Amino acid sequence: MDDLNLAMRDRYRNNFLQEVEANVEEGEWAKMCMQCGVCSGSCPFGPHWDHPPQEIFMMIRANKREEVLSSTSMWLCTSCYNCIVRCPREIPITHIMHGLASYAQRLGLAPKEQPTRKFGLMFWDNIEKNGRVNESILGIKLYFMNGFKEGVKTAYKMAPVGWNMLRTKRFNPFALIPFLHKRCKKRSDIQAILRKAQQIENARTVRFGTAGG
Amino acid sequence: MSEVKIGAYICKGCGIGERLDTDQLEQIAAREGKAAIVRQHEFLCSTSGVQSIQNDISAGDVNRIVIAACSRRAKTEAFRFENVAISRANLREGVIWVRPDTEEALELTQEMAGDYLRMGCAEAKHMTPPSPHVESTTTREVLIVGGGLTGLTAALEASKAGYRATIVEKSGELGGWAAKLYRRTPHRSPYTDPQETGIADLIAAVQSDANISVQLDATITRTSGSPGRFFVDIATESGATRTDRFGAIIQATGFTPFDANKLPELGFGKSPDVVDQLGLERLAREANGGPIKRPSDGKDVRNVVFVQCAGQRSQSEGHLPYCSGHCCNTSIKQAMYFKDANPGVDTTILYTDLRSPGNGEDFYRSGQKKGVIFTKGVVKEVVPENGVLDVRLKDLILDEDVAIRADLVVLATGMVANSGVNIDAVPLDADKDAKPGEAHIEIPIESILNLDYRQGPDMPQLRHGFNDSHFICFPYETQRTGIYAAGPVRRPMDMVQVVDDAAGATLKAIQALENAGLGRAAHPRSGDLSFPSFRREGCTQCKRCTVECPFGAIDEDEKRYPIFNESRCRRCGTCMGACPVRVISFENYSVDSVGQQIKAVDIPDEFSEKPRILVLACENDAYPALDMAAMNRLEYSAFVRVIPVRCLGSVNTIWVTDALNGGYDSVVLMGCQKGENYQCHFVKGSEMAHYRMSKIDDTLQQLQMETERVCTYEVAITDIHRASQLINDMAATIDRIGLSPFKF
Repeated sequence: MDDLNLAMRDRYRNNFLQEVEANVEEGEWAKMCMQCGVCSGSCPFGPHWDHPPQEIFMMIRANKREEVLSSTSMWLCTSCYNCIVRCPREIPITHIMHGLASYAQRLGLAPKEQPTRKFGLMFWDNIEKNGRVNESILGIKLYFMNGFKEGVKTAYKMAPVGWNMLRTKRFNPFALIPFLHKRCKKRSDIQAILRKAQQIENARTVRFGTAGG
Repeated sequence: MSEVKIGAYICKGCGIGERLDTDQLEQIAAREGKAAIVRQHEFLCSTSGVQSIQNDISAGDVNRIVIAACSRRAKTEAFRFENVAISRANLREGVIWVRPDTEEALELTQEMAGDYLRMGCAEAKHMTPPSPHVESTTTREVLIVGGGLTGLTAALEASKAGYRATIVEKSGELGGWAAKLYRRTPHRSPYTDPQETGIADLIAAVQSDANISVQLDATITRTSGSPGRFFVDIATESGATRTDRFGAIIQATGFTPFDANKLPELGFGKSPDVVDQLGLERLAREANGGPIKRPSDGKDVRNVVFVQCAGQRSQSEGHLPYCSGHCCNTSIKQAMYFKDANPGVDTTILYTDLRSPGNGEDFYRSGQKKGVIFTKGVVKEVVPENGVLDVRLKDLILDEDVAIRADLVVLATGMVANSGVNIDAVPLDADKDAKPGEAHIEIPIESILNLDYRQGPDMPQLRHGFNDSHFICFPYETQRTGIYAAGPVRRPMDMVQVVDDAAGATLKAIQALENAGLGRAAHPRSGDLSFPSFRREGCTQCKRCTVECPFGAIDEDEKRYPIFNESRCRRCGTCMGACPVRVISFENYSVDSVGQQIKAVDIPDEFSEKPRILVLACENDAYPALDMAAMNRLEYSAFVRVIPVRCLGSVNTIWVTDALNGGYDSVVLMGCQKGENYQCHFVKGSEMAHYRMSKIDDTLQQLQMETERVCTYEVAITDIHRASQLINDMAATIDRIGLSPFKF
């Protein structure tokens, strides 16, 4: 992964904007921002971002590659779509934020301890193994995401909710037991599909990367 | 003028007949108003009503008419009669609509109506029907000063409308700055790419037009006369001077680019690779579609930075405080010169507020699509270093200091109006201003029009050196009648706006010369035939009228008596208000025609507890505001008597003194907003009035009266609630301080 990062950095040298245009989903829109700030003002998480979307666009143009890609900001996006709805330039801001996060992850620059990223990886792992989401396991894993002690505390806190869910048949305790929970049929096929998609994406990055350089 | 024969016509429509005792009003008109004929009509503005008035006029039975019906602002078409003086008694908006329809209000309402009828008859008695004073035939020739895009467009517009035009151009060729551009910002859909300027075609069209003559290398050495008969001396470089006669003048003298030498911090003058926008146009013309070369070493430019608002929108000494309007779009256009030739060239536009008027928003978007980088930041300095330019700026979005290295820097400097001599400027003591050790550079400004007016050789400037009388309300109008400003001499603008401007100013010029030919006033009292005259034997040659006239209409003869140039006059009456000996009057508007209205009002004695408040209201804003208050049925005191005046500037202080001496309890003056953001139709009228009224306190103290009795207000046409409230406030004040001691 680090190699890809270095390769990309060298290819685009001083033009992060071009790198974003070529490799990030909807990245070609980054240059169209007119810095009105409506996105930053509309974002419900705006005050918590290190760099709100308006600033991210400016940083892309100002060649601040490392700062953008290692930022926690775009990981905070909850896909509420307020910014897309309100952007006077009709820039697909939400998609670009996710695109940047995903690109950073591919290059190995994403912040390791960012909870959204951790959850995303857990979700991916879960779905890849089972071919479908096992919400019980995913939920429990989420409790223990930040260590055993914290996990026990969270589980204890959530116990009444779990009990109520159990009573109303919203929670199947057997799904926690390996070999008993349901997996999709022929999950090896799904895994093959996912592997192929990954392969295509990697190939595209390298191809566009070369062309853009 | 023949004997005064007043006809009074009382309308009973719109509820007047039900609310008022019109028979009593008829008696007032006949007995007190001395009307020869008094008629009542159920519906006066109907064909039969108008016909009955016309019949009396045609029969020669009346030559002054009083129409006691609605406001003078209503039914103007119906009540337009030739060769008679007309007075309007406002019984509808002025009386019944502002009074409650109750039994107990009846007495005061009827008194109000009676007074308005007395006032109408008194005014009619002291008016003469105005007649046109046609000095000459119409001159269908327009002089256009300046042969740039504005002048060329104006000449073609005049020609298309059937008038002859003469262009006087100081330089040796037509086209102005526009001819020096490589391309212009797009003025046609889809507004994405720079377009041909089209100037060559425009010049060809002007040169082949039989109605247009062009004087190159020519200046104006003298302009005298007035609209309809301007006599202009045109001097050509060869030394020959000819005098031509013109009906109206369009000043399209454009702009001079701001002197970028005043911006050494931005590197201008330190490196040949720092240019202004016109400098880049020159480079682009040289490149002619190929790669643009650096002036210093002739190498291709790979990295160009545009600095917006260079020396403008800045309060710093020597900078322009205003926005020139076109420069953001111009920089986008110039960035495209580079991007269109080679997308690999880095183009960065550094702005603080990107302003792209007109269809510039599409053009801006197109620039972004082409990869022009827009960075919001303030440039601190541009430092030439080893053949590269280091542009140091503060990024306003990321809030940090950064530097960009560039091969070429383009400064977006502003427009400075070529408006000639600032006639209002107080001559500065040059030695006092100059700092020691610093050369004081002052470019001598030559007059453009060389007007032979008492008030100075050029037009007054509105703001920042631009010739106009009001950017928003009265575009093209200046403070010199018959002379219209168009293009960047009026306000900063781009080429699209210039073309609109030229057409607008041309139509104004045509109106002015046609009106002058018929002896009628131009804007804003368009069509008015009256004009001021003065009683020579009473004049003390104090010159106040010539100084205070907002339009420079009055000259002085060799004995220092005023000369009224009637077609330069806008008929505001500011001279009449200024005259301390009250010798200036119009045929249908004079110290007497208003003074007698004031005297005609019936003043009840002090025991009847009925005060009288005189309101002198500007007919352009305050009077319509009161009319609209009436339409909204906002009630106000029945003790008020409103007299519309042409402009508050025409109010002579004798009216106020006479009113107070005659037993009025209070006088309220309502004029337009004055000062920097004035709304006065006559520019300075309201301001003059406020100034004059600030001196009235002495008079009041001499009369042993409270100063609250006289109030001057600025009332806008939208102040509908406020205007009537001001009247009620004054009624409350009188309640508090008591009636005037001058009741007889």
